[in-house]
Amino acid sequence: MSTATSSPIRLVSIGKRYSGTKALDNVSVEVAGGTVHALVGANGAGKSTLGKVIGGVIRPDDGQLFIDGRPVRYTSPREARIDGIATIAQELSPLPHMSVIENVYFGIEPRRYGLVQWRRLRAQYDDLLAQWGFELNGNVKVGGLRTADKQKVEILRAVASDARVIVMDEPTSSLTSVETTTLHRMIRNLRESGRTIIYVSHFLDEVLELADTVTVLRSGRLVRTAPVAEETEESLVAGMFGAAEAAEHFDKPQRSTAPVVLDVSGLNRKGVLADISLQIRAGEIVGLAGLVGSGRSELARAIAGADPIDSGTIAVDGSTRRIRSSADAIAAGMAFLPESRKDDGLFLELSLAANTTFADLRTVASRMGILRLSVERGKTNSLLKMLSVEPPVSSAKAANLSGGNQQKVLFARWLFRNPRLLILDEPTRGVDVSARAAIHRLINKLAAEGTAVLMISSEIEEVLGLAHRVLVMRRGSIIREFSADPPLEAVMEAAFGLGGGATA
Amino acid sequence: MTSQSSDPVTGGPAVAGEPVSADEANAAVVARRLSQRRIRAQHVRDYGIVVFAIALFIYFSVASPAFATGQNLLNLVNQNATVGIAGCAVTLTIIAGNFDLSLGAIFVLSEVLAAYVAVHWGVWWAFPVALVAGSVMGLINGLLVTKLHVNAFLATLATALSFGGIAAGVTHGGLLITPQGSVFTFIGQTRVIGVQYPVIIFAVVAIILQLVLSYTVFGRHLYGVGDNRNAARLSGLKVDRTVIITFVVTGGACGLAGLIDASTTGSGSSLTAGLAGQLALLAIAGVALGGSSIFGGVGSVWRTVLGVLMLGMITNGFNLLAVTPYWQDIVRGLLIIIAVAISLAVDRR
Repeated sequence: MSTATSSPIRLVSIGKRYSGTKALDNVSVEVAGGTVHALVGANGAGKSTLGKVIGGVIRPDDGQLFIDGRPVRYTSPREARIDGIATIAQELSPLPHMSVIENVYFGIEPRRYGLVQWRRLRAQYDDLLAQWGFELNGNVKVGGLRTADKQKVEILRAVASDARVIVMDEPTSSLTSVETTTLHRMIRNLRESGRTIIYVSHFLDEVLELADTVTVLRSGRLVRTAPVAEETEESLVAGMFGAAEAAEHFDKPQRSTAPVVLDVSGLNRKGVLADISLQIRAGEIVGLAGLVGSGRSELARAIAGADPIDSGTIAVDGSTRRIRSSADAIAAGMAFLPESRKDDGLFLELSLAANTTFADLRTVASRMGILRLSVERGKTNSLLKMLSVEPPVSSAKAANLSGGNQQKVLFARWLFRNPRLLILDEPTRGVDVSARAAIHRLINKLAAEGTAVLMISSEIEEVLGLAHRVLVMRRGSIIREFSADPPLEAVMEAAFGLGGGATA
Repeated sequence: MTSQSSDPVTGGPAVAGEPVSADEANAAVVARRLSQRRIRAQHVRDYGIVVFAIALFIYFSVASPAFATGQNLLNLVNQNATVGIAGCAVTLTIIAGNFDLSLGAIFVLSEVLAAYVAVHWGVWWAFPVALVAGSVMGLINGLLVTKLHVNAFLATLATALSFGGIAAGVTHGGLLITPQGSVFTFIGQTRVIGVQYPVIIFAVVAIILQLVLSYTVFGRHLYGVGDNRNAARLSGLKVDRTVIITFVVTGGACGLAGLIDASTTGSGSSLTAGLAGQLALLAIAGVALGGSSIFGGVGSVWRTVLGVLMLGMITNGFNLLAVTPYWQDIVRGLLIIIAVAISLAVDRR
C-alpha cells in the first residue's frame, strides 16, 4: 500500500437548507492535510451536515468545495470515493450477509478474466491487518459483528481503497471505552500515514485528546476554527452555545404547592433507563435536557406507554397506573407528542378532522359507533382556528400543510382530549419561527390552566425559556436538577458530564 | 381548551420584531402554488377513474346496440357479483395496510362446505356454515399476520394453498350436487322484480361496507392504521384487533360469495380452483383500478365497485364486439398498469 499523501480540503461559503431552516449558513473551513480535524456543535448545529458535504453524501445549496485546490461538486459518496474521500457514517451500512473480506474489498476485488482471485484477496487482507495492527476474522459475516468491529470493517474498507480523507460521523457513540481507545489508536495511525481525518463528535474530551484542529459550529454558522491546544472543554461549550439567544422567556410561577400530577419512581429499562424518579405538579413545565442518546426520548416514550419498561411505577393524580400501551397512558390522562411527526404522529393522507379526532373518536360518535361528521367538523374547525392553523379547514389533507401547521394539528389532537399531562418530544422541530413562537405561547398557556407538561428539546434555549424546572439526563439517568432559570452553561456542562454531579 | 374566541396568546401569526422578508413572502407564494398543483394532480387520480368508466360505457353503448340494454347490464353485474363482494370486503383489508391473496381459496372452500352440509345435514345449514367457515378462515389469516407477524402476502398465499387442499379433500376432487329446486338454489337462480338475487346482495354488501368505511369509528380506524400504523397505536388504538377484523370481514364476504356461487350452479366443486385464483386477482385488480392505494390509507368501496364493473364491462363489451379473449386480458392488464402508474405518479409529487 502506498503511503497516501493528503492535500487540503477547502470549504467556501457552504450553505444548506432543509425546508426553510438553514442547516448550514455561509460556512468556510480549511482542513490541513495529515491532520485530525474535529467538527463540534450542539444537536442540529450542522456538524454532521458539514461532514456529509465533504463526503459527497449531501450536496450543498450554496458555496464551493475544493479538493487539492480543485473545485468539485459531488453528487454521490461514490464520486467522493474516486477522489479518495471515504465516509464512515453514524449508521454503519456494510453488507450484512457478506463476509468481512467481501465487505472490505467490495467493488475493488482483484480480478482475472472477470473472476475474483480469492487467494490473492485473502493475502491482501492479511497484509492489511498486519499493516494496521487489527485483528478481525475475515471470513465471518458482517451482520453478526459488534458495532466496534463493523467500524473496523468500514475503516479497513476506506484504507483498502486508498482513501486519503476519512470522514467519521460520531464514531464512538455506540462504543465501550476500551473500544474507543482502540479506535483512537487507529485514527492516530491513520494520521501517521499522512491521511486526513474529519472527526464529527459531541464528546469534547475525545476531541481535545485526539484532534489537531477543531471547528465549532452553532445553529449552522461557523463560530471559529482553532488549534485544539488553544481550547478547553469550557471554551468549546461556550462557543457551541454562545450567549443565550433571545428565546422568548415566560414567567415561572411557583408550583411547589400544586398537587402532583405525574409521579414516576424507580423506572428502569435495561441499557436505556436507569432508576428514573421524577414528579411533575399541576401547571408545571418540566424540561428534559441532555444530549441525543442520553435517554430523553426513551424516558418520554416509556412514561407514555410507547416503549416497555422493566420495573418502576407510574402514578397519575395519586393513583398508580399500569401503563403497558399508549391506550393505557391515554386512559390515565396523558398525551404524547412524539419526536417524529411524520413517522409517529400524523396521518398524512387523512383530513385535518380525522387527524384531530383520532385519539378520541367516541366524543364525536353515537354510542353505536356512528360518526357525527358535522359535530366533528365543528369541533375541529374551532380548535384549528384557536391554534391558528393555516388553512383552518377541517377537510384539508395533512400532507398539504407546512411543518409548523402540521405540528399544531398534532397539538389539536391532544387538546381535543383535555389531557392532565402533556409529554412533548421536540415540539418545535422543523417548525418556522412564527409557528414556533405560537407553540411556545400555547404550551405556557396550557400550563397556566393547570396541565402538567414534560418537555424535551434539543434546543436548550427553548427548554430554559419555558421550563419551571430542568432535569438533565446523561446515559439513561437524571444527573442534575435545576430550578427555574439556571445559567445555560451550567445545564450544558451537566449534559456533557462536566463539573459536579457527573456520573459518567 | 374549549374557549372559541381567537386567543391573543396563540393567535399572533408572527413574532413581534420579526419582519417578513420579500424572499419569505415569495417562498410562501411558490409553496402555495405548488400545493395547488398537487391538489389538482390528486383530482386526476381521485376522479379520473369515474371519467374513464363513463367514457368506456359510452364507447360500448355506441359500438354495440346490445350493450346498454337493461338485461345485458344486469347480467354484467350478476356475473361480477361474487368478485365484487370479495373485492368490496378486501378493500377494507387493503385500506388498513394489508393484503389478502386467499380470497379465492376461501370462496371455494366455503362453497364446497356449503354444498357438503346442504347434502348431508340439510339445506338450511348451508347458510350459516358458509359464512362462519369464511370468517374463521379470515380469522386464521388475521392471527397469522398480527400475532405471528407473518407478512400478509406470504401468510395468505400459504393459507390459500391449504384451504384449496382442504376443499379438494372434502369433494374428493370432484363435484357435490346440491338438492335442486330447494331454498338453496333459490338465491342463485331466481329473481325479484326482474333482478337477480346476487345483484341485490352485491349492492347491499357494497352499500353497507361503504357506510361503515365513511361513517363509523371503525372505518376511521382502518384509514388511520393504513396511513400510519405507529401514529394509530400511539393514539391508543388496538391496531392488531382492527386488522384482524378486516380479515374476518373479508373471509366472511368470500364465504357469502361462495354460497352465492354454490346456489347459482347448484353444486360445490373444488374444480373451480382456477376460477378461485382468478377471483382473488380480479377482486384485487378491481381495488387497484378503482384508485384505492394498495399501500393502504386511501380508498373507498365505491371505487372497487367501479373497478370491478369496469373489468367486467371490458369482458362483456368485447364479447359483444366479438373481440378475442386474449385481447380482453391484454387490455385489462394494461388498464391496471395505467391506473396504478397514475396513482403512483401523483403520490410522488
